[in-house]
This record gives sequence, C-alpha cells and structure tokens, in this order.
Amino acid sequence: MEIPYTTEIRKDTGLYNAKVGIWLFLASEVMLFGALFSSYILLRVGAPEGYWPHGWLTVWLGTLNTLVLITSSITTVMAWASLKMKNFGSFKLYHAITLCCAVCFLCIKSYEYHDKFIHNEVTLKDGRIADGHLVKKTADGIVLEGHFVTDRKELFNLATPFLGHPKHEEIEIKNSEIATMSNYGPAHHTYNAIYFTLTGLHALHVIGGAVVIFYLWAFGAKMWKEDPERFTNRVEISGLFWHFVDLVWIFLFPVLYLL
Amino acid sequence: MQTAHAIPHTGVHEEHHEDAGFWRTYIFSTDHKVIGIQYGVTSLAFLLLGFCLMLMMRWQIAHPSERVPLVGGLLEKVLGASQGKMDPQLYNSFGAMHGTIMVFLAIVPLAFAAFGNYVVPLMIGAPDMAFPRVNMASYQSYVIGGVIMLVSFFIPGGAAQAGWTSYSPLATSIATNGQTFWLIGMVFLITSSLLGAVNFIATIIQLRAPGMTWMRMPFFVWSQFVTAFLLLLAFPPLEAAGIMQLMDKVAHTSFFLPTGLAVSTLQNISGGGSPLLWQHLFWFLGHPEVYVLILPAMGIVAEVIANNTRKPIWGYKSLVYSAMTIGFLSFIVWAHHMYMTGMGIRIATFFQTTTMIISIPSVIILTCMFLSLWGGSIRFNTPMLFVMAFLPMFGIGGLTGLPLGFNFSDLHLHDTYYVIAHFHYVVAPGTIFALFAGIYYWYPKMTGRMMSEFWGQVHFWLSLICMNLIFQPMFAQGMAGMIRRMSDGGANYTAAHNSQLGMDVIGGLSPTLMHLHVWILYAAVCLGLAQIPFIINFFWSIKHGKPAGSDNPWHATTLEWQTPTPPPHGNFAKPPVVYRGPYEYSVPGHATDFTPQNQPDNA
Amino acid sequence: MSDHTHSDSHDNVAHHVRRYLYVFAALIVGTVFTVWASYIHFPSREINIAVALVIASCKAFLVAGFFMHLVSEKKMIYGILGFTAFFFVGLMALTLWSYGDFPPFTVTH
Repeated sequence: MEIPYTTEIRKDTGLYNAKVGIWLFLASEVMLFGALFSSYILLRVGAPEGYWPHGWLTVWLGTLNTLVLITSSITTVMAWASLKMKNFGSFKLYHAITLCCAVCFLCIKSYEYHDKFIHNEVTLKDGRIADGHLVKKTADGIVLEGHFVTDRKELFNLATPFLGHPKHEEIEIKNSEIATMSNYGPAHHTYNAIYFTLTGLHALHVIGGAVVIFYLWAFGAKMWKEDPERFTNRVEISGLFWHFVDLVWIFLFPVLYLL
Repeated sequence: MQTAHAIPHTGVHEEHHEDAGFWRTYIFSTDHKVIGIQYGVTSLAFLLLGFCLMLMMRWQIAHPSERVPLVGGLLEKVLGASQGKMDPQLYNSFGAMHGTIMVFLAIVPLAFAAFGNYVVPLMIGAPDMAFPRVNMASYQSYVIGGVIMLVSFFIPGGAAQAGWTSYSPLATSIATNGQTFWLIGMVFLITSSLLGAVNFIATIIQLRAPGMTWMRMPFFVWSQFVTAFLLLLAFPPLEAAGIMQLMDKVAHTSFFLPTGLAVSTLQNISGGGSPLLWQHLFWFLGHPEVYVLILPAMGIVAEVIANNTRKPIWGYKSLVYSAMTIGFLSFIVWAHHMYMTGMGIRIATFFQTTTMIISIPSVIILTCMFLSLWGGSIRFNTPMLFVMAFLPMFGIGGLTGLPLGFNFSDLHLHDTYYVIAHFHYVVAPGTIFALFAGIYYWYPKMTGRMMSEFWGQVHFWLSLICMNLIFQPMFAQGMAGMIRRMSDGGANYTAAHNSQLGMDVIGGLSPTLMHLHVWILYAAVCLGLAQIPFIINFFWSIKHGKPAGSDNPWHATTLEWQTPTPPPHGNFAKPPVVYRGPYEYSVPGHATDFTPQNQPDNA
Repeated sequence: MSDHTHSDSHDNVAHHVRRYLYVFAALIVGTVFTVWASYIHFPSREINIAVALVIASCKAFLVAGFFMHLVSEKKMIYGILGFTAFFFVGLMALTLWSYGDFPPFTVTH
C-alpha cells in the first residue's frame, strides 16, 4: 500500500502531506526565532541606562539586503506560479534570480561581518579610548581609521546617518600604549552577541533554503517530466520555507538596524 | 524480522519489492517498524548505561571516597579516576550525564519514538509514516547525538558536569570541553525530536484510514499526538538557548554571564547577560518535557487496561480532552522550577495557579484508568501487572509533586532529595513500568512469540519492590534537608560532622538518614539484578519464546493486531476501513468478547 | 493554490500574479517608509519602536498572507499557527513579566 495524499488532497483536511509537514516545521522555527527575539528584548531591557548601542550597523546595507530578500520572495512565488501555469522555462528563470538574490544577501552579510571584525575598541594606558577600523598593523603598533573618546558611553548612542559615518582620520597607536583591545565581534557586547547569533542563524537558514531551491532548480527537469504535480508541490514547499526566512528578516532588520 | 513470517497466513498480496539487501533493510531503512525497533534497542541500551552510571554514583554516596568495586579498575584506566575512586568532578559528570541520558537518550526515544513509530501507523491504518525518509534522518540524528554524548566521557576533562539542567554561569565557567560536546549533542537530539514530531503530527492528521475519525483513535494515538506537539513547540527555545550557551563557551559571548562575574578572578567578558534567561528558556522546554515523558506511558496504560479488563476504557472523551488540556497548560507552568530565583509575588502566583490547574487533568486521567478496572474481567498477565502498578506509583509521584508546586513549601523542599524522589516516582516506577508493559504487550506483534510469563512476573515483582525501596527513603531524606547533587552524600552536613567542628548539631543530617544511603544502594543493586531476567527474556524469546499462535494473541480490538505478524512492508494490502471505536470489548449480544475496529458489521 | 482542481485556468493564476506584484510594491514602500520613520525624532524612543514594529507586522502579514497563501489556507493550518502564536506570546510575555516582578523590599538601582 502506497502512502496516500502525497499529491492528492485529503478531503477532510483539504491538504496534502508535505503542506502539513512544512507548516509544522515553520511553527517550530517561529518558536526558535521567537526565543531569540525574547532574549534580545530581555538583554536590551536589562542593560544599564545609556549602554545599549544605537547606530552600530550600517543602515543602507541592511536596507539593501531587505530589498534583495523581498525581491527573492516575489521571484519565489512567481516560480511556483509559473509551474502552476505549466511554464517550466519561467520557473527556471525566476528561481535563477532567487538564487542570485540569496548569494547577494550572503555576500553583503559577509561584508558586514567582516566590517565588525576589523572594527576595534582600544583602551589606552592613559585612559583614553580609541575606536575605529583597523587599517594596518605595523611592527610596533596599529593604524586605526577612527577617533578618540574619553568616556566609553560616547561610543553607544551614535546618530549614524543612512549612508554610514563619514570617514575619520587615521590615528597611529603604539603597541606599548595599548592596555586592552577587542574587536566588535560577538564577545564585545551582548548586542553584538545577539546580532551575530540572530543574523548567523538566519544566514544558515538562507543557505539551507538556497541549497534546497538550487537542487530543485538544477535537477528538477526529470521530476517535472515524470510527476509535474508532485514537483510543483515541492517547489511550493521550498517556497514556503524561503518566505519564512524573508519573514524573519522583516523583523530582524528594524529590530537590529533601526532601533 | 522484516521478511520472515512467524505466523503462516494465506491470501495476503505483498507488493513486489526487490530484495533491498542487508543495509537498506536493517540499517538505512525507511520502514517505520524497523526504525521503531532501532529506536527501541538503542534507547534500551542507553537506559542500561544511565542505570549503571547511577549505580556508581550511589556507591560513592554510600561509601564516599572508597574505591568503586568491580569497575574501579575500568574507571581508573579509561576515565582517569585516581585509584578507582570517584572524585567530585567525576561524580558531577556522571550525575549530569545520568540525567541527560535517561531523559533525552532513553525515555523519550523509547516512549515516543520507538513505540510511537512502530505502533501509531499500524493503529491508524496507515502504510507508514507520512515522511519515511525524514523518519530515517530523525533516527540517524539521534544516534549522532548519542555518540557525541558518549564520546564526551573520554575527552580530557570528561563529560559535562553542570547537571542535566546545565545552568550558566557554572556550565560556561567550567574550563573543559565536556559542556561544548553536551551542547552540540543536544542540538542533534533536538533536531531528531523535531523531525519526529513533524512526522507524527502529519501522519496522524493525514493518514488515518477511512472511518478512523478523531474520536475513534485509540487513546495511545491521542497521547502521542499531544506529545508530538509538545516536542514541536517546546524544544526550539532550548535549541536557541543551547546555541547561545555554545556561543558563550566558544565565542566568549555573555548571553548568560552577568557583569562582574568572578570565577576565582574577574572574568574577561563583556558581561550584561542574564543567568535567569537560561533558566527560563531551559524550563520552557523542561516542563513540557516531563509531560512528554508521561503521556505516551499513559497511552500504553490505557491500551493494556482496556485489553486486559475486556471492557472499554472509562471516560474516553475525558481522557482525550484531559490530554489536550495537559498539553496546552504545560507550556505556561514552567517557572515553578524557578520559585527560588527571587520571583515577585504576582508572577509566582500566576505560575502556582497554572501548576495547580494542570494537576486536575492528570488526576482525571488517572481516575479514568482506575475506574476502568471496576467490573472488569481482569487478566493478570505481565503487561497488566506493570500497568496496574503504574497507577499507584504514578499516583504517589504526582501527589508528592503538589508541595513542590507551591512556592512556600517549595522553599523547604527545592533542590532536596524530596524532588529526586518525586520525579523518579513518576518516571521510574511510573513511565518505565508502562514502557515495560508495552514491550511485553507488543512483543508478539513484532516477533510472533510471547515473552516468558514466569520471568516477566519475576521481573515485575522484584522491580516494584526495589523501586520503592530505593525512592521511598528519599522523601524522608529530602524533608530533613538533604540537598541534591552532593558527591559525598551529605557527609559534610551530618550532625556528627557538625559536632566535630563544634557547630550546632540541630539541622545536621542524622546517622539514620545517612545510613539510608547504604540501604538504597543495596536496593539499587537488586533492581539491577532484577533486570537481568528481563534482558535475557527479551533476547531469548525472539527465537525460543512460546509462539503467539495467532496474529492477535491478546484478542485486542485495535488495528495493529489485525495485520499479519510481523506486519509486511506497507502494513495493509489495501486501506482498512474502520467501523467502530477502539474499545469494543464485551459488547452485549456479540459472539466474541471483542470486535476489531475494522471488522464489518454483520449484515 | 494547491486546493484548486488540477488545471488552473490561466486567468485564475494570472489574477494572483497581479496580486503578487501589488504586494511586492507594498513591501518596497514599507521598507522605505520604515527606514525613513526611524530617523524621525519622536518624543520617546518607544514610539519609534512601536512604529517600526507596526510596519514590520504589516509587511509580515503581506508576505505570510499572500506569498505564503495564508489568507486562503485550511483550518488545520490556522489551528497549528494559532497555538504557536499563543505559546510564542506566552514565552515572551511571561519571561518579561518575571523580570519586572520582584519580591517586596527588593533594591533595584
């Protein structure tokens, strides 16, 4: 006896199996990201007054990434709609764009991560704090494109313009002057920690979704010929996952970048 | 077992499949019955391992700093225990791993995945689970997680030491890598559970046979359905927390580490984190998890009672609605594990209220089971004995939970041996007894042979007595103030020790209480010995047990007994049609005292 | 939509395609609007947060409702998601509440 309702619809529920399966899975993903968002709120509410950062991320890059994902969302649904209209060629075109958007998103994200890892906060022995991007390391010191502050609190509430800060001057610091130095990686502040964790987990989901869509895009012709309805359903299921990934970003972007 | 037929039968059309070879049939199978048995055997092995860890811990508690007998040499050579004695670090790692292995590697896979996988598709008349390959992936993920947990014993520094609850900052501050392995292992185990949960829910929603309406499903299927929902929605926050704790350990973040944390010296961390956050996220899973442990067991109890009283379960609708209510409420009671964290009055009241409310459906379920015995024609076979013992044992466990549910009494009892006694009563002579019952009960369907009834009864009586001898004294120890997780068994807090130090003797643990440790150790050893007949019985009966004689030796009504033995690939030649509810026993006027669900009405 | 008969008429899906394009446009507008609103200095930060979350929720509703076809999904799916939403809110609300609730006489600087 074969497993029923893989493509045909069960009458009393009105659904085929994989549809139920993917929504159940997405429900669990809602709880996963929901727990992380709850943690974000708790960490932010618990931070001492004036010590929760604002303006540490480049808004125009985040906006671009948002637009990229929204584009991939419409191409995803259009890819499925093309298959519903029996147009395999359109499906291939739309999902090719989806995959390009995925790669684009990940590239921009990588650039943003890199930016954080070369952004350093240096506490000097005389009490000043230097903050900026590492330009180069010399034999006896480092060169930062940044500025000095006296109170660490000044580094937190930044009124960063949309296109990012204008470039600072280059400042040289000798190794002998440095008391402590750390980059803006996850260990720097709980904000960075939750930023990297949330966007990192999201990026893993982007990769996962892209891999599945790539598999269907590259190797789908055979199943399309043998069982077009089953293939269309598979594309729908992978599309639902992709839309969920976009949904998470719709909340991630304002929460991390704008607020 | 896949292709051999213990019961000869005629006229069954099997689909023609090519002989899949050993690997595809037994190792990389997508058949729910094979996967169920794989889960069953693996989880029973972990159950034994968890038990052995406990035995060594109980030795240490009863005889602190003495060389562990029999395995002392092994501990010395393999785990670096100096002179074969358990030092506190080893004790703590055994404690943490005993809990982790028992909960996540033994009971849940056995109760939910093993029994669920084998029985549920058969009970609802389905050919397999909705997503067979996802099913296989879920088992493989479980094995990988288990292997990672096992490997963690052998790395430098040993396994995780911060309890199965893995509280930060302790879990993050311990310098060794055991915790990291634990977290990675948990990610695999959680993934396995999530995949399984998706499969179960989709299967039960979509693959019920024609005529199998929701209210005609056996209660076991309902309990698995609710359990799957609990796993689906409660595990992800723990996965999130696990990822964050992993970040704390590996990337040196401070999700759960507060500002100003000092572990002998001030830690070089960003601070700003919250240890309470970990507790909230852990217990958000932790509480539904205990209902995951008990609900499948309640399902098995219902099936065995109906079958062995030859009458329907009393209050089927109440059972179903109670199970759903328990599932729903279990998500909003979690902070009763956190009464001692400085909660305010309002929030504590909220959680006390929901905790008290959730005891109601549990009592309803137990009451329905008890009432089902009334007027029954009871057959006292081994499954029935285990199930009848479940009822008072779970009753004790459940009732002793009530003082823990109120924060004023929990003030005294939190983190004492009372808590250990409470939860072991619900899980050990509770759930595990129901699981034993399930093994004895469904064994003839899997193998075509019965397990030895005599040795089953020996196993039962010895286990029942020993379980009570082990856990009853712990209530007294806990109420006297003996704290959990002490590697010397409380030796530092004895009245004798206090008087030696010139301190107040009142409030110290009395010699009687301390001596109970020795009695508990003897009982634990006897409990271990009592499992030997079971293990031998289990393996020996596969080939030498009394033949079941028919596909339905228990004369049961549910669909899994209406298949050939063992059920072939695809289970049913064509979809069975269901005409009635699951417990049509002793219907007046019928020739037989049971009517299978798929038997057509006589014209 | 998979609940229709096997052969969807071109017009049927074509009508949906137009809807998708409208949603796409709305999402772009929403994004621009969110970014613009984040630079407005409202009297308190809470208003910024509220505005951003409201816009995000609208965008999410559009994606979930139309791209994921939730506006015309089956009751079973609504049921599953309903429970999920309840528990998600429960997790967030109860955890936050427990942070804000202290025993009497607790000192909080």
